[in-house]
Amino acid sequence: MIVMATTKRIVLHFPKRLADRAIVYHLVKDFDLQFNILKASITPEEEGLMVLELTGKQADYDKGIQYLTETGVRIQSLGQNVLRNEERCTQCGVCITLCPTGAFELERPARRVVFQDEKCLACGLCIKACPPRAMELHF
Amino acid sequence: MAKTVAEINEKIKAGKAVVVTAEEIIEIAREKGTKKAAQEIDVVTTGTFGPMCSSGAYFNIGHSKPKIKLGGGKTYLNDVPAYAAFAAVDLFLGANALPDDDPRNRNHPGEFNYGGGHVIEELVAGKDIRLIATAYGTDCYPRKRLATWINIKDLNEAVLFNMRNAYQNYNVAINGSNKTIYTYLGILKPNLGNANFCSAGQLSPLLNDPYYKTIGIGTKIFLGGGTGLIAWQGTQHDPAGLRTPSGVPKRGAGTLAVIGDLKQMSPKWLVGTSMLGYGVTLTVGVGIPIPILSEEILQYTTVTDADILAPVIDYSDAYPQRKPDILAEVSYAELKSGQIKIQSKKVPTASLSSYPKAVEIANTLKQWILSGQFLLTEPVAPLPGVESGISFKPLNERPIEE
Repeated sequence: MIVMATTKRIVLHFPKRLADRAIVYHLVKDFDLQFNILKASITPEEEGLMVLELTGKQADYDKGIQYLTETGVRIQSLGQNVLRNEERCTQCGVCITLCPTGAFELERPARRVVFQDEKCLACGLCIKACPPRAMELHF
Repeated sequence: MAKTVAEINEKIKAGKAVVVTAEEIIEIAREKGTKKAAQEIDVVTTGTFGPMCSSGAYFNIGHSKPKIKLGGGKTYLNDVPAYAAFAAVDLFLGANALPDDDPRNRNHPGEFNYGGGHVIEELVAGKDIRLIATAYGTDCYPRKRLATWINIKDLNEAVLFNMRNAYQNYNVAINGSNKTIYTYLGILKPNLGNANFCSAGQLSPLLNDPYYKTIGIGTKIFLGGGTGLIAWQGTQHDPAGLRTPSGVPKRGAGTLAVIGDLKQMSPKWLVGTSMLGYGVTLTVGVGIPIPILSEEILQYTTVTDADILAPVIDYSDAYPQRKPDILAEVSYAELKSGQIKIQSKKVPTASLSSYPKAVEIANTLKQWILSGQFLLTEPVAPLPGVESGISFKPLNERPIEE
């Protein structure tokens, strides 16, 4: 039987008390998950934030997520973090060539700009590059 | 078969005018031929929606009690300085104005989150705006300080007056240097990493009337969601520049100065805009109807993106240093394909001008005309044309000996 691997991008919020613990190490050792760190930072209040791509068997992935939750890490899926304010977007499309993952695409022939949030890495490049400031980061 | 504007207006009033957009006319003329299309179609509508820096608005705020003379003093609207150099309570606010304490490019690239363009957008949206003024005081205007909320509905006049809008054509910006640059045409990645353009192309007003045969001073237009008028040729109007054999300008060329009552405009079509590392501006919606008075005029409106060429210019060197060099000429069809080829390199392209919004403007104007609420005007004077001898001159710097 072939077990399908799952790959998901998630945002982890570490409260101050967990900021110095080797939590990601346990994801590898105990749950056999591969990880790719897309972004990591510690805020001045010492809350940690990490954007991870996790790959592994679905059952292991679910257990890993359960471990994180029980440890006190707050988890968000990545797509929820970068939002487009549809009212402010003017559909100019200047974001298209700036996004490193190609999350913006032109719908032809109308030339409407489609934002595919599943491709978004939450790098934040589009936020300040958007002339009407329609892209918003919500961590 | 020549029609007149008066005849077209009679048809509009009778609900019998045939109106199409500058996009729709391309296919119609292809099918029917220009002669038949010119007989059947009365008006072609155009549109454009892009950042237009030389925009602004003037206001008369009414007199406070006791009175104050703002002229010669200092006035701020939401901390953004307005130009107070007129009579007691007249002000002009430019789209590019920044609060005195904005860090600008001290930490490059500056963010430029708020400025004149944003104040205009908020004012049009009906939001209260904070006015803070200081003046020197006179016998007839004794007051020296004023701090008050103002609202567009209470102003005596609120008038959008843009000294240069709707550029007939525009540069394509690219970056030949080895570091990212931040320009009014957006973020340009190093080593020809991307190219940005800013025109509605085949829908753009002046590209559909390249010799200004119907669009002139006094023409009534769609402006910022309301109606406005062409007040004059815009600054930097340059009608005599390079053109293709069919008359389409290959460089910036013509521009328009436009004016209209801000009170009937909409924040949907006047959007405060931030260009990273450059500044603030206003994205403006402009739409112009072209009366089809002859087959020749119809012929001009059938221009397609493939017929319109724009120069690709290096904004890391040629543009800032005022060098005449251009890297290539490309068509809007190529630009809109998403990729152009420069020095054998494939360069991805993006636009600062919104094509879907330009289509929406052309369609809105079409509906206004079809419903009989918008009649066409004849220009009271023509825009200076190729024969005028007017050109866009550089500054002849003459150093001042101290």
